[in-house]
Amino acid sequence: MKILKYMAGCVLAAGVALTAIAAQAAEPIRIGEINSYSRLPAFLDPYKKGWELALEEVNAAGGIKGRPLEIIDRDDGGKPGNAVTIAEEMVSKEKVTLLTGTFLSNIGLAVTDFAKQNKVFFLAAEPLADAIVWKSGNRYTFRLRPSTTMQAAMLAKEAAKTGAKKWATVAPNYAYGKEAVAAFKKELTKLVPDAEFVEEQWPTVFKIDAGPVVRAVEAAKPDGIFNVTFGGDLAQFVREGNLRGTFENRTVVSLLSGEPEYLEPLKGEAPRGWIVTGYPQGAVDTPEHKAFFDAYMKKWGEAPKLGSIVGYNVIASLAALLNKADAYDTETLVDTMKGLEVMSPSGKFVFRAQDHQSTMGAWVGKTDVKDGAGVMVDWFYADGADYQPSDEEVKAMRPAD
Amino acid sequence: MSFYFAQFLTGLSSASSLFLVACGLSLIFGVTRVVNFAHGSFYMLGAYVAYALVQFVPGSILGFWGSVLAAALIVALVGVLVEMLILKRIYNAPELYQLVATFGVVLLMQDAILFIFGGEDQFGPRAPGLDGVVRIFGEPIPEYDLLLIALGPIVLGAMWLLLNRTRWGILVRAATLDREMVASLGVNQSWLFTTVFFLGSFLAGLGGALQVPRVSVNLLMDLSIIAEAFVVVVIGGMGSIPGAFIAALLIGELNAFGVLVLPQATIVLAFVVMAVVLVIRPYGLLGKAETLAHSAGQIELPIRPASTLAKSVAGLLLAGLVIMPFVTGEFAIVLATDVLIFALFAASLHFIMSNGGMVSFGHAAYFGLGAYGAAFVIKYAGGSMEMALLAAPLMAAAGALIFGWFCVRLSGVYMAMLTLAAAQIVWSTAFQWQDLTGGDDGLLGIWPSEWAKSKTAYYYLALVLCGGGILAMRRMIFSPFGYTLRGGRDNPNRTESIGINLRQHQWAAFVVAGMFAGIAGGVYVFSKGSIFPDEAAIPRSVDALVMVLLGGVQTLSGPVVGAGVFRLLEDEISRLDYWRAILGAIIIAIVVIAPEGIAGFVKKIAVKAGFERNEEQAS
Repeated sequence: MKILKYMAGCVLAAGVALTAIAAQAAEPIRIGEINSYSRLPAFLDPYKKGWELALEEVNAAGGIKGRPLEIIDRDDGGKPGNAVTIAEEMVSKEKVTLLTGTFLSNIGLAVTDFAKQNKVFFLAAEPLADAIVWKSGNRYTFRLRPSTTMQAAMLAKEAAKTGAKKWATVAPNYAYGKEAVAAFKKELTKLVPDAEFVEEQWPTVFKIDAGPVVRAVEAAKPDGIFNVTFGGDLAQFVREGNLRGTFENRTVVSLLSGEPEYLEPLKGEAPRGWIVTGYPQGAVDTPEHKAFFDAYMKKWGEAPKLGSIVGYNVIASLAALLNKADAYDTETLVDTMKGLEVMSPSGKFVFRAQDHQSTMGAWVGKTDVKDGAGVMVDWFYADGADYQPSDEEVKAMRPAD
Repeated sequence: MSFYFAQFLTGLSSASSLFLVACGLSLIFGVTRVVNFAHGSFYMLGAYVAYALVQFVPGSILGFWGSVLAAALIVALVGVLVEMLILKRIYNAPELYQLVATFGVVLLMQDAILFIFGGEDQFGPRAPGLDGVVRIFGEPIPEYDLLLIALGPIVLGAMWLLLNRTRWGILVRAATLDREMVASLGVNQSWLFTTVFFLGSFLAGLGGALQVPRVSVNLLMDLSIIAEAFVVVVIGGMGSIPGAFIAALLIGELNAFGVLVLPQATIVLAFVVMAVVLVIRPYGLLGKAETLAHSAGQIELPIRPASTLAKSVAGLLLAGLVIMPFVTGEFAIVLATDVLIFALFAASLHFIMSNGGMVSFGHAAYFGLGAYGAAFVIKYAGGSMEMALLAAPLMAAAGALIFGWFCVRLSGVYMAMLTLAAAQIVWSTAFQWQDLTGGDDGLLGIWPSEWAKSKTAYYYLALVLCGGGILAMRRMIFSPFGYTLRGGRDNPNRTESIGINLRQHQWAAFVVAGMFAGIAGGVYVFSKGSIFPDEAAIPRSVDALVMVLLGGVQTLSGPVVGAGVFRLLEDEISRLDYWRAILGAIIIAIVVIAPEGIAGFVKKIAVKAGFERNEEQAS
């Protein structure tokens, strides 16, 4: 009888202890992730698959200091106002430690400003707008993906080597297109002072009428074309241009067009010989990328896209941050993030202390067609650290914290 | 010279594509009076189905054209299905109510296509046999473009034969002119409507399928075509097929040459042209004055002051709102602030729609103007929140004053389209004038003053401003001004003959509605901290329409109920996968079950149960 009582006591004590441990271990670190999943499924589906893979790996390896990482993701439907409401909910109701996500620049900026006002840590994942870290930059916001200006600078450097002097630009008629063209002009004229811009075309975003655009470019007889259109606009531009031979014997430099998200849909009609920023997928053979690529293929049965890398790197960055930080209050997180080094499938990058931009780079190369599909060839990895403005320039552009 | 000729041909081929879509839309509107937002979805569906079918028959000329026709037929059947299952049940509902159902279809279709075909852009093959270029005056012209150019007039001719040389066509034309008369002559309207939907959807599907060799097939196709298709239909004159053809030519060429002269303006050019056409020719180029329906569905009952029961319910609701911050969490307050803002926004649209009988498809313009007005005060004048909230209604009212002057000269759908054009002008200005508005990057850092910074304080501010605005409009509805407006709505001739300057009253109502929408916009911008052009864009206007119609046009509490239901549904459902399909299905279900709107439905139940007076018996 006595022994039975003793045993019962032991079981009970063990049970209590276990529950206590379990309770502590089960107390997850919650991260709020906001994105336009329903509006842009083509880009955000691979992105989500990327962060889901990274999340799984982090938690399989024991989480963050023994605590599991949990992501609460929400769809903003592509509306900035909704994104702010969701951010409010995540902070006040879900009690998240920090916010991340966003793809569209305007939503990224809306959340950037929310982070500043409410003193919440925010890592902008995908938006490209320069303003996120410069003009509207603030203490609480960091950005992962290389910005418009960084990528335009990468292309300008390659464009300068081609010797083309007379340039035409084709860019969607809104903030992103204008920013890209301005950055490209600025960087190119630094390298080629006598470069001339003879034609500018500003098709309406997502509503390009490619025939007239192509005709107008051709009429200006430029040596080189700088293209910023993307998605369906790019497809139409390429088809009309191929049909009319606009790209023959001309240098074409094109922003983001090497990303599988944009290149794949073009299939066999993908342009050849365009200088682009993008992502050569399976061809990248660094060990850290191979490990990521294989794990992704295994989990999802398809090759990762650029969004997948961004999604993966978001979690890699946040895991590095949370592992390093002594406490999870916003101010400590911000201070820890400054200068934080992150190992990722795309190589090592750093979150710059001066403007909170990561030095994650992009792959720069030429497009080609192999087996009826667009690919990138002759590519190299352009480290984002090499395409940054000087500290003085940053100081002039960015408001003090 | 040859260059301009090539440009001209490019414009022609765009025009043909546009015409195919627009003529189906025009046909459907002419006969059934349904403003079919889902027409763009049919177009998108046609493109996706054709793309999928073409994959089975790569490179075959017969296979390609077979796929195009099959896709158009499949879309036509889907259109018939939508008509028979949904629209047929609500033809007797108040004017425009079908619009909400078609909006539900748009949401449903977006997710259905995403589910079936995936999210990635699909780039179809070129048309077999037509994948090269022809040199005309030395300029390379795509062969497929030449085919499209020919196809426009062919379809126009076929439509003409169909409408003028067949019995069915005669009935359709008769129904376009006077559908009640056709019905009273013993023509089976139900059957006629279904066949019209079949043909209209077929044309939309055909238009989409024919785009496969030209553009990438993607999930944004529906919304990008629908606005332009409406513009073409309105410029041509609603219900006029030749008019649609001329308008499509006009818009196609305008874009082709506009891009050479004023590339920055192409975004809004079509809308400016539409506005000009409507101001000069109020019924479009070849349109005729809208025939007055002999009986516009049910005759609206006079609006009466709320019953004791309704008053107590409203009082309870208000009390609940006042004590809310003490009992709920912080996020509930944030959401409630959203609902209040949209309730005022919807109520301001309801004010002109219900009382004035003036439908606005572009009410977001005033919401946006108010928001930007407030933001300018903060950004450029260094003013305070209080000043900004004063500037919001002023800026919106100023906009409404200008646009309203033009708009009140028209009526019905033409007026609605002119308001849409006005909204597009506001939106594109906000989108393009980067130095002032920040363009797509918007204006940031517009937060409340210190005292209103906490969510609770701001909630009370919103409650006072939005609740006050709603009550003020309600007061106006029962004032002589409100009675005059309703008189003008029900019988413009009689109203004018007793010496009332109706147009001036309508103009004033337009400005009042704009002003209150501006207040909503001002409160909105401080609750979000930032403002982007999206707030003045078409989806925001559609939101307002859906809220009003969902709640019930003929009920004063309708917009408030509609705003609450719509916003809370969206917030709750958007946590799920494929939430747009779910939201669309719920909206359709509400529309079919309660064709008088939610508030109207509740009222009907209350009357049946004996809680409310039956007004017909009372009068």
